[in-house]
Amino acid sequence: MSASLTLVVVMAVLYAAGVYIMLERSLTRVLIGFVLVGNATNLLIFIMSGRPGSSPIITGTASDADMVDPVPQILMLTAIVINFGVTALILALVYRAWWLAQLGDEGDTLTDEHAAETASSAEQDFRSSADDDAAVRASLDASDHDDAGDRDDPDDHDDPDDYDHDDGAPTRPGNTDAAR
Amino acid sequence: MNLATILVPLVPLVVAVPLLGSAITLALGRRTVTQIAVGVASLTTVALISATLLVLVDQQGPAVVHVGGWQAPWGIVLVVDRLSALMLLVSAVMLLGVLLFAVGQGIIDGDRETPVSIFHPTYLVLAAGLFNAFIAGDLFNLYVGFEMLLSASYVLLTLGGTGARIRAGVTYIVVSLVSSILFLSSIALIYGATGTVTLALLAERIPALPGDVQGILGLMLLLAFSVKAAVFPLSFWLPDSYPTAPAPVTAVFAGLLTKVGVYAILRTQTLLFPSNPFQVPLLIVAALTMLIGILGALAQADIKRLLSFTLVSHIGYLIFGIAIGTPLALAATIFYVVHHISVQTTLFLSAGLIERVGGTTSLARLGGMLKAAPVVAVLFFIGAMNLGGIPPFSGFLGKFALFQAGAQLGTPLAWAVIGAGAATSLLTLYALARAWNMAFWRPRREVENYDSAMLDRLTDDPHDDGTVVTKTVSRLMVGATAGLLVLTIGLTVFAGPVFDFAARAAADIEAPSDYVDAVFPGGTP
Repeated sequence: MSASLTLVVVMAVLYAAGVYIMLERSLTRVLIGFVLVGNATNLLIFIMSGRPGSSPIITGTASDADMVDPVPQILMLTAIVINFGVTALILALVYRAWWLAQLGDEGDTLTDEHAAETASSAEQDFRSSADDDAAVRASLDASDHDDAGDRDDPDDHDDPDDYDHDDGAPTRPGNTDAAR
Repeated sequence: MNLATILVPLVPLVVAVPLLGSAITLALGRRTVTQIAVGVASLTTVALISATLLVLVDQQGPAVVHVGGWQAPWGIVLVVDRLSALMLLVSAVMLLGVLLFAVGQGIIDGDRETPVSIFHPTYLVLAAGLFNAFIAGDLFNLYVGFEMLLSASYVLLTLGGTGARIRAGVTYIVVSLVSSILFLSSIALIYGATGTVTLALLAERIPALPGDVQGILGLMLLLAFSVKAAVFPLSFWLPDSYPTAPAPVTAVFAGLLTKVGVYAILRTQTLLFPSNPFQVPLLIVAALTMLIGILGALAQADIKRLLSFTLVSHIGYLIFGIAIGTPLALAATIFYVVHHISVQTTLFLSAGLIERVGGTTSLARLGGMLKAAPVVAVLFFIGAMNLGGIPPFSGFLGKFALFQAGAQLGTPLAWAVIGAGAATSLLTLYALARAWNMAFWRPRREVENYDSAMLDRLTDDPHDDGTVVTKTVSRLMVGATAGLLVLTIGLTVFAGPVFDFAARAAADIEAPSDYVDAVFPGGTP
């Protein structure tokens, strides 16, 4: 099997950089690291198809010996889709962690797990997504008064993770504090 | 009617039915009753299909489906042998029991916490991923199954998005991502070395590779699966992340997610690396997993964390059986997997009941529960005795068979692991008996200013804020837990037939030629 040296070098750099960034504490950097490492792995799969050749499956255009191995490309496509989904999920998680940090909660920035929790039972932690959006908009407004146009972003209102039935979930004290 | 015509449609259904159910429940997000009906119906269907497959496969040999009519090694192949069928049946029944528990909890809470509308679709995707991993006939499909169940588990673990759950979720997600990347990289390297990802073909090609290449590939797979199975020293993430999730979610994770990792180790080590190149390191790791895990459990004052540590510790027994690798050891491992899935799920559900009745899971503040909730006391007690390995329960039988297999191996290291296993069993009994003692037997009035050498050095859950919030328990929750407990007792009563089946399943995976012949009836290409 032969492989392109350029691809191997690019893969190695992506792996190294990705692992290095993943070791950071910040969740956003972990995400960037994951994207890099994921792409490095995709390249690794691609490299396994060996030397370049003509397009596979389509018969009559080239002899079988000239065709490139199609299986790694299929595996790679699947892996890309999976990485995409997981990346989207982590982005949502980063957003949530940032939101918690905005509320003055520990969020993801606190490194010490043993620090005291704010006294609130599990029930109070469950809020409707409308409350989420309201608090985010409030904190955005508080931090940036010039950018009032963002308030009416329609995307903020239909959060697919609507696990609540809009029956007036109790908001916890920190929520309203941040809103003011 | 030809057997193949019955089997071929059944096999893909175990993945297709939960996925379809997931889509329906997602579309009907506001109709809780319909969601519950669809969820229960899908899992019941899968349980029935699995039972049918179990009987047919036991009589007729492995069922093989070439998806889309593409023959292996070019197409995707689904294989159900005895081991897969057993895992399918056990996990489908467990998922069903836990779903009923979650439904009971959701109804009595007025739909406040679980099951929220996103719970049912995610839960069914988790189920589909699990079943897909069990029937996967190639490494890449196994990876896809893992990713399905992991993505669903990320959502379930961070359900509600509270600060504690996000923090626990971040640890879990990052660790899982690293292990997934490692798994994918090893698939790429295996493809590069052999030109295939079909397990049946790899079973012929990997042993033909040079020894050092085999070693690297085997080690990479083993590391990736060990993270998922929570084998020491890759188990650090588990006790911090599992206990924060809602009780039903923790129960499913504890019972099933680590066992998929064990299943993958069992499958790949027996099929792809029949020479058992990692026996000595695996034996050492098994002993360490048992001892370190149970020592962690002894230091915990929180029942959920205590159970999480016993979970890690008992993975050591399974690794012990895989490391020995003889037919008796593999049979004992398969029996122990079934025992451990059912008993660990039941115990976590009981802990969920304790949390609701007692208002907390901290041993420092629980007391007088025997009078308050005698049924919960019995449920937790029987589960604890079973996990601790008291005869005649299935935990004792499984451990006994494992020790017997270890004694047959007879090396000093094997005897050392047997010693570690016996010590772990006793310490498990001690940890769980103490928990039962404190929570149930100690009178309520003695909880204040209780002074005991048994309690004063224990660490409490770092997220515990000291509140005590009791909630009512619905009959469905107790019924679901009791039903699963009856199953664990059934494993004891019918230990003979179950162990015989495990022995036949072990004989299958010990001699992979049947598996290979089933996938390639005309010989391998």
